[in-house]
Amino acid sequence: MLRLKNINTYYGKVHALKNVSLHLGEGEIVTLIGANGAGKTTILNSISGVTPASNGEILFRKEPVMALQPDRVVKLGISQVPEGRQVFKPLSVEDNLQLGAYLRYRGREGKAAIQKDMEQVFALFPRLEERRKQLAGTMSGGEQQMLAIGRALMANPKLLLLDEPSMGLAPLVVQEIFRVLQRLRQENGTTILLVEQNAKAALKLADRGYVLETGKVILEGAADELLENAEVKRAYLGKDKKEMWER
Amino acid sequence: MKRELLKFLAFSVFVLLLPLLFEGGYLMNVLVFVGINTMLAIALNLLLGYAGQISLGHAGFFGLGAYLSGVLTATYGWNPWQAMPVAAIVVGCMAYLIGFPVLKLKGHYLAMATLGLGIIIYIVFNETIDLTGGPSGLSGIPNLEAGGVVFDSDVKNYYLIWGITLAVILFAINLANSRVGRALRAVHDSEVAAQVVGVNARLLKVQIFALSAVISSLAGSLYAHTMTFISPASFGFNFSVELLTMVVIGGLGSVYGSFLGAALLTLLPEFLRAAQDYDIIIYGGLLVVMVMFMPGGLVRGVPDLFRRIFKSRGGAGHA
Repeated sequence: MLRLKNINTYYGKVHALKNVSLHLGEGEIVTLIGANGAGKTTILNSISGVTPASNGEILFRKEPVMALQPDRVVKLGISQVPEGRQVFKPLSVEDNLQLGAYLRYRGREGKAAIQKDMEQVFALFPRLEERRKQLAGTMSGGEQQMLAIGRALMANPKLLLLDEPSMGLAPLVVQEIFRVLQRLRQENGTTILLVEQNAKAALKLADRGYVLETGKVILEGAADELLENAEVKRAYLGKDKKEMWER
Repeated sequence: MKRELLKFLAFSVFVLLLPLLFEGGYLMNVLVFVGINTMLAIALNLLLGYAGQISLGHAGFFGLGAYLSGVLTATYGWNPWQAMPVAAIVVGCMAYLIGFPVLKLKGHYLAMATLGLGIIIYIVFNETIDLTGGPSGLSGIPNLEAGGVVFDSDVKNYYLIWGITLAVILFAINLANSRVGRALRAVHDSEVAAQVVGVNARLLKVQIFALSAVISSLAGSLYAHTMTFISPASFGFNFSVELLTMVVIGGLGSVYGSFLGAALLTLLPEFLRAAQDYDIIIYGGLLVVMVMFMPGGLVRGVPDLFRRIFKSRGGAGHA
């Protein structure tokens, strides 16, 4: 469904992604794990066009997505939930969700279809419905994260790019959000690319994973294999650290 | 939306009945300027209050509208009704082209760039003497005329200008409450987030900049045809700052706030005449006090004030 081939992305002179290649199958949940500055967010931003890659190839359903404007990427069916949620704080929950469907208002489906999708988001996150008139900035971190995901879903995406949805949230809220992601895949067949610091939780949810270090993919494999991998355990899961030390 | 419509109708009735209080007189002339300034403040507010992009050069677009209309009619004998849309289109296209490079800038840098733009336009008015008459101005601009009525008195101009101002207000309210209005506020809050939901932030900023310039140009043309005389001094940096003050004092992101700001800043100097030489000190002092105690602008601050007074009198009143 999505394939990245030898992507290179720069921030000015800083070489942030070095020949990154990865792929996602239809309906898969794939996670990217790695330390701060490994390039996880940059991969998502390169796909969505927010920080375009300078060379390489990105194919989405065999169509090139490379160097498209972000709005064109959304139109193709890729929605990003940006890092730090980035909900529109001075706008209401409802307005935020309607903005998620921004490009669809011009389309043929009409407002009824958009309204139906909003009801679906409310079914996934009942707490958003209770707060539909509330300003997004006045909600808790967990609620804002739910809103950010709901907003991305309003574009009716085939592929969802999630950037650290667990950041700064209580474990229970993280569980709730991860359950929703699972439901999305089961019910809508949404493909998900998940960037996470919380490697354990992410690998438990995902089918496959990629491990990044300083802009390169250093390891890839099935999620359960990665969970058992000694190197991953040591570096990202915090297990067996003592044994490694003692060796 | 229904409430918005009622509010607009109430405001329209207020505007249409206001002249009955004054029966002509000098104040009518001032009220014509309130109308023109309201249009300008709304234009700038769409850009600054909704989309969050500053401009310190809007007096330039206002002036371009006035001079294009003035030169086309006074020098080349065009009909004002033809000159006005032509001026608006030319100014709109110019703003659109300038917008692409300029609106890439943010914050202080955008302020500097638009400031420079305003100054360049001002210099052009002063230096192209053959065309604009230079610092001594351009006179002999015809009044507007419709169905045998020549708009040459303050009362007639009042209804003409305010008719158009009301149309601009209605348009701005509709825009603000539409999908585009939401997108503008989204760009204001977070450009990255706006992009990932599919808003082409860069294009939208340029489009709203051009729209803002078109409304300013229209106000400029109307100014030229009601005054019949224009000179560069009305379109300098000072006026750009005054427009900015109207928008901020009135209330960012509020159409009626723009009216309140424009009304206050246009009327206040007239009332302060009585204070003679001290007027400018009182004027400045009032602005400082207002910004300090009504950071949301008049449109939010005044109802707040009433609520507070009402509460302290009514005691147990919980509004």
